[in-house]
Amino acid sequence: MAGVLGRQDEGISTFPPAAGGESRRVFLRDSLRMAGLVFAAAGVGYIAGRKGQPTDLVWQLDPDRCIGCGQCAINCVLHPSAVKAVQFYPLCAMCDICTGYFDVSYRRLDTGAENQLCPTGALIRQFIADQAGVPRFEYHVNRELCIGCGKCVRGCAMMNGSLFLQVQHDRCVNCNDCSIARACPTRAFRRVPASQPFLLKRKARQILEAGVLGATS
Amino acid sequence: MPRRGLNATGVGMLPWVIGILAIGVWFVLFGPALAQTELVRPHVPGYETPDWRAKIKEATAPNPVWDYVDVGFLVVAIGAASYLAIRARSRRGLVILAAISLFWLGFVRQGCICPIGAIQNVALTLADPSYSLPLTVAVLFVAPILLTLAFGRTFCGAVCPLGAVQELVAVLPMRIPRWVDEVLGLLPYGYLGLGILTAVCSGYFLICQYDPFVSFFRLGANFEVWLFSFAFLGLGIIVARPYCRFLCPLGAIFRIVAPLSRWHLKIHPSRCISCRLCEDVCPYNAIRRATGQTPEASEIPVKTSPLVVALLIGAIWTVGAVSGFLLGPVLARLDWRVQLAEQIWYEESGLAAETTDASDVFRKSGTPISELYQQAAAIENRYRFGAVLVGIWLAFVASTKLVQLQTPARRDEYEPERSKCYCCGRCFRFCPIELQRLGLLDEESLAVYVKSRGPG
Repeated sequence: MAGVLGRQDEGISTFPPAAGGESRRVFLRDSLRMAGLVFAAAGVGYIAGRKGQPTDLVWQLDPDRCIGCGQCAINCVLHPSAVKAVQFYPLCAMCDICTGYFDVSYRRLDTGAENQLCPTGALIRQFIADQAGVPRFEYHVNRELCIGCGKCVRGCAMMNGSLFLQVQHDRCVNCNDCSIARACPTRAFRRVPASQPFLLKRKARQILEAGVLGATS
Repeated sequence: MPRRGLNATGVGMLPWVIGILAIGVWFVLFGPALAQTELVRPHVPGYETPDWRAKIKEATAPNPVWDYVDVGFLVVAIGAASYLAIRARSRRGLVILAAISLFWLGFVRQGCICPIGAIQNVALTLADPSYSLPLTVAVLFVAPILLTLAFGRTFCGAVCPLGAVQELVAVLPMRIPRWVDEVLGLLPYGYLGLGILTAVCSGYFLICQYDPFVSFFRLGANFEVWLFSFAFLGLGIIVARPYCRFLCPLGAIFRIVAPLSRWHLKIHPSRCISCRLCEDVCPYNAIRRATGQTPEASEIPVKTSPLVVALLIGAIWTVGAVSGFLLGPVLARLDWRVQLAEQIWYEESGLAAETTDASDVFRKSGTPISELYQQAAAIENRYRFGAVLVGIWLAFVASTKLVQLQTPARRDEYEPERSKCYCCGRCFRFCPIELQRLGLLDEESLAVYVKSRGPG
């Protein structure tokens, strides 16, 4: 480096310092620079030493704190938002009338857009079986269409929680200062380990722990 | 706690009527769902529940390859900027590099490969053991500081996208009075302190929140942030680099580091003839004039006796520490847990008109209120302690400034003040020695010139 920039070197690093104020200042500057380098090296060493203990962290929202207010859809720096609805199938009770799917002012119980709650038609109803005259449906979230407005989450009967919002990490750019977290009225956002990047509702966790309903399926 | 109602006046029936109506409406709306009170998934013979994990797995993060590319870009760009500033002495090259950096780090990578914000990540890592610093962010923070230690603030000059956008819009820079520059120049130290304090105590990223140009990089922000951004951009046309000089917290660190730099840009390529031509070209007030054999008395605004200076320093430190102690709890109210505790306290003592979403969720979570109060009190104490340290830090900065003002150094040539020099290269073309180097001024003309303008 000194070779490349040798022209600038004159009179900078003479050791021991010659007499006079100029070289004293140069010596002081050199010593301080060395101290700075040592300090920086120590800092890097410290960080490198810690590396591997805690894992990398990513943003996630706690569905137990979520009230489905819709701020996720409008505050994310991405358009559409990195937050999208997720279906936890074992919790879905296949209600006769899905209040996450139907707008409460529905006229008919069909898939007409005016009857659906989802503004983008991202919640897809799939017919499963007819049980003694009661049709059963499965509801899927289309990730491409979902904008994370949380209407279905709020609608899902009494916030039962089979439909819930989650940050999608294939989209999330992991901002230092998550702008949804800042806007969230219940502070549902927190950082979680990247190895376990999702948070389930308490009820869903209980189902998984109890192993009912074929929890893994 | 009983709340004072309107029962005595007879209007008291109204809430009941509304309540009953609301319950009725609620039943009409949610009746169908309530029919299945248990909300248990019915067993459908022959149907297998889909795997809920399959969908969620699609949403996990891909490998962050781009982060490494960006860190590489950053280091190479600082190297290039240093070469252009110190060796090639090319203002044009620096401007082109600034435009490239602005395009890549700013508009393509959306301004979030940012050593300025990395300050808070580092601070949070040191304070919170559960928070881990990604390796790329660590390099992002350390590399510009080490390279500034070597070459001066070339990162600010042509690599930082925030600096680059301001460098490119500063078309009509005016010189602002030196004292204004010095006084406003103290703000970044305070901002740095506040940024670290909130990162350490609350895990907030205040500096990112008030990033003035990220709204341009992302082409999206709310109204207030746009207003803030356009204010800085507009100001940047006539006052060069207002964010860098009067707010940037990384700039505050660089101001301490840059004076120690090993190699630094020089105004003249070989020797200074003290022609004074460069004196006024720097829009950052960063050119220090040669003093001649004795430091000019005029450099010291008010000559004060050492005793008075010592007393002043003592007073500054006391004020810093005491105001930190008093302001700590005020700053603690930035923290949402403190705000929540306050809200819950108001509700408990019947002073709050209504509950908030946050307090509703808190009550539903079943966490005891006393636990929240304890947590809030602990946060308040942390803020108080931290604010005292920030106060002392600011006192240290102010007293160093005071001492500097009292001890002017002798300078034989015009030189950039390394703490303020952004290595923009504006001064090069004003130096006759540089013109001679470029072959634009012959030896004879220079001799005539030196004779007429010479030292003095």
